[in-house]
Amino acid sequence: MRKIIIAGGFIFAVLLLSTSLKAAGAVPAVEEIIERANLSAYYAADDGRADVKMIITDAQGRTRERGFVILRLDVEDGGAQKFYIYFQKSADVRKMVFMVHKHMERDDDRWLYLPALDLVRRIAGADKRTSFVGSHFVYEDISGRGLYEDTHELTQINDEYFVVKSIPKEPDNAEFSSFTTWIDRKTFMPMRAEYLDKKGNKYRVVEVLSKDVVDGFSVVTKSRVQDIVNGGETTLEFTDIRLNIGLNEKIFTERFLRRPPREVRK
Amino acid sequence: MKYIIVLFTSFFLSVHAVGSMAQGSVNFSDSDDSKASPLEDLQASLYDRYELDLYGFIEVRGGWRLQDDAHSRDASIAEARLQLDLNKDAGWGVFKLKTDLGYDLVMEEMIAELREANLIFSPYDFLDMKIGRQVLTWGTGDLLFINDLFPKDWQSFFIGRDDEYLKTGSDAVKASMFFDLVNVDFVYVPVFNNSTYISGERLSYWNGILGRTAGRDDIMSDRERNSFGSDSEYAIRLSKNLKGNELAMYGYHGFWKTPEGVDMTDSADIRLVYPELSVYGASVRGMILAGVGNIELGYYDSRSDRSGDNSAIRNSEVRFLIGYERELGRDFTGGFQYYLEWKQDYDQYLQNLAVGAPAADEYRHLLTLRLTRLLMNQNLILSMFSYYSPSDHDVYLRANGRYKLSDSLSAEIGVNIFSGSDDHTFFGQFEGNSNAYFGLRSSF
Repeated sequence: MRKIIIAGGFIFAVLLLSTSLKAAGAVPAVEEIIERANLSAYYAADDGRADVKMIITDAQGRTRERGFVILRLDVEDGGAQKFYIYFQKSADVRKMVFMVHKHMERDDDRWLYLPALDLVRRIAGADKRTSFVGSHFVYEDISGRGLYEDTHELTQINDEYFVVKSIPKEPDNAEFSSFTTWIDRKTFMPMRAEYLDKKGNKYRVVEVLSKDVVDGFSVVTKSRVQDIVNGGETTLEFTDIRLNIGLNEKIFTERFLRRPPREVRK
Repeated sequence: MKYIIVLFTSFFLSVHAVGSMAQGSVNFSDSDDSKASPLEDLQASLYDRYELDLYGFIEVRGGWRLQDDAHSRDASIAEARLQLDLNKDAGWGVFKLKTDLGYDLVMEEMIAELREANLIFSPYDFLDMKIGRQVLTWGTGDLLFINDLFPKDWQSFFIGRDDEYLKTGSDAVKASMFFDLVNVDFVYVPVFNNSTYISGERLSYWNGILGRTAGRDDIMSDRERNSFGSDSEYAIRLSKNLKGNELAMYGYHGFWKTPEGVDMTDSADIRLVYPELSVYGASVRGMILAGVGNIELGYYDSRSDRSGDNSAIRNSEVRFLIGYERELGRDFTGGFQYYLEWKQDYDQYLQNLAVGAPAADEYRHLLTLRLTRLLMNQNLILSMFSYYSPSDHDVYLRANGRYKLSDSLSAEIGVNIFSGSDDHTFFGQFEGNSNAYFGLRSSF
């Protein structure tokens, strides 16, 4: 057993070495950059959990707070995933559960569990640009945007970032005309994204405010999205982040909508 | 005393509402600094001492009939209530206690209702048990129920209480077993739990015995089924998720949930009764055409009148529904359903119908439409749900607007409109009960 671990560790080290050589030397193709950025942002480890505090501030400065626990399981790296979101705040959504089975080849399956009625609702949600629980984040910010949905162009490389401009292939399905992402050259973490509206004006900025390393993976601990035009912003703070915790796939089924698993109960 | 309770609650909520709106103009994200209310103190001390989670809300609701109804009061709803939801997670299991306390000015009585009192635990990896008073729901219909034979409160639904009150608890044991091949839910209700039906005490209705609309002048009483053993209910569901398609089969053995029979053996004491009923059904639900589609079917075996020639007991029926829901735009969803009740043994039904009584159609067709629009950062929720029966020629429209003033405070207004060309049809009979209501709720 120990031999296997040592061998595994060695292979991992070699892989790291080769990727860092690559990063230092030749510039990777834009496809590789966005693929690795996608993996880094949405597929760290095989599974994970975090406590999330969301503060929504509207244009008048009024705030609303949401608190939830999120569980994530990768069925396939860069592919299908399952999410389980257990709401703790605010009072009107407390103990509701939102579950997503994210697919690559078809629309996601989404469920909402309403505990007061013991009702498992199926959510018809094809539009991933819809606000997530009334915040300035959209569903795609939480679960990722399909890489194939845009054409990508590497527009700039500096000491810190790869700067990639993405233009939707089907402009009618997006409210933006393009977005530009600043991707950290070392970790491949997307650190900032700016969205331009149909007239080419910047109207939305998503950025990482702080990050950390958990189990060897770079993770975001605080992020923010700002509405430049109308005002207002939403921040997300992630605490108690744990990765590779061996989540059972069965958690992501109707059974655990009706009876939340230990992993989300305090 | 009763007025004091209602007035006090209203006053508390209005002060709270004004306060939160005033605070809204300045940033009050640092709410930790604000003084905790006595309820919040209680919440904190229960958790600190006993690890008990206490949540709940205080609410006032008022509503009026939109027309004069000779058989009922003008006020359709006027109440103040406090809901306490107490939970204890013992690690091996979770206890839950949910009670409502308050005063109902329409019925002039205290509200003291134990809504839930149950324990959930998993004795084995494949088994979940839930024992006690619990709200149970299954099936695929949207505000239409075929294989969900758990108790409902139609009165609450029609007068504008929160959706939560459509369901009432069952005193039951639920065992859920999870296998690779199929999941099995089994519900045992030792003593029958009926649905709250329209008896006339609060809403007027078509009284088939009198052959006219009745209300407080003729409040129907029923013969309760309360004997342990012979009045038990059994419900079972087999379910399976096949690549996102949810398949299920259902069985029920018990009684009509609303009194679909009349006992006229003693003409001085005519009582509504709950005849024997078994239901067998199936459903499927999944993503289709960028939306959610569902189909559900059920056979209602009215066991006490299988031949259909007893006019005092509802006949057997086939029930069917098909539905589709999808996004129509951003934060805007629409849902459509077609529902059918097909009366079996229709010829016998007609032959045995009391002289002069209006005959129901063999097929009752029903269409529903749901539109939901979220506005103002999803803090304003506008929803409309309508039932329309082309065979009964009647309509029931539910429209509601709810605004979340803050994370803890919400206000809503709504209407329940009934209309029909006949007085005896399902929704048409409630024409005198069309109402408008408001509600204000502070959650903690």
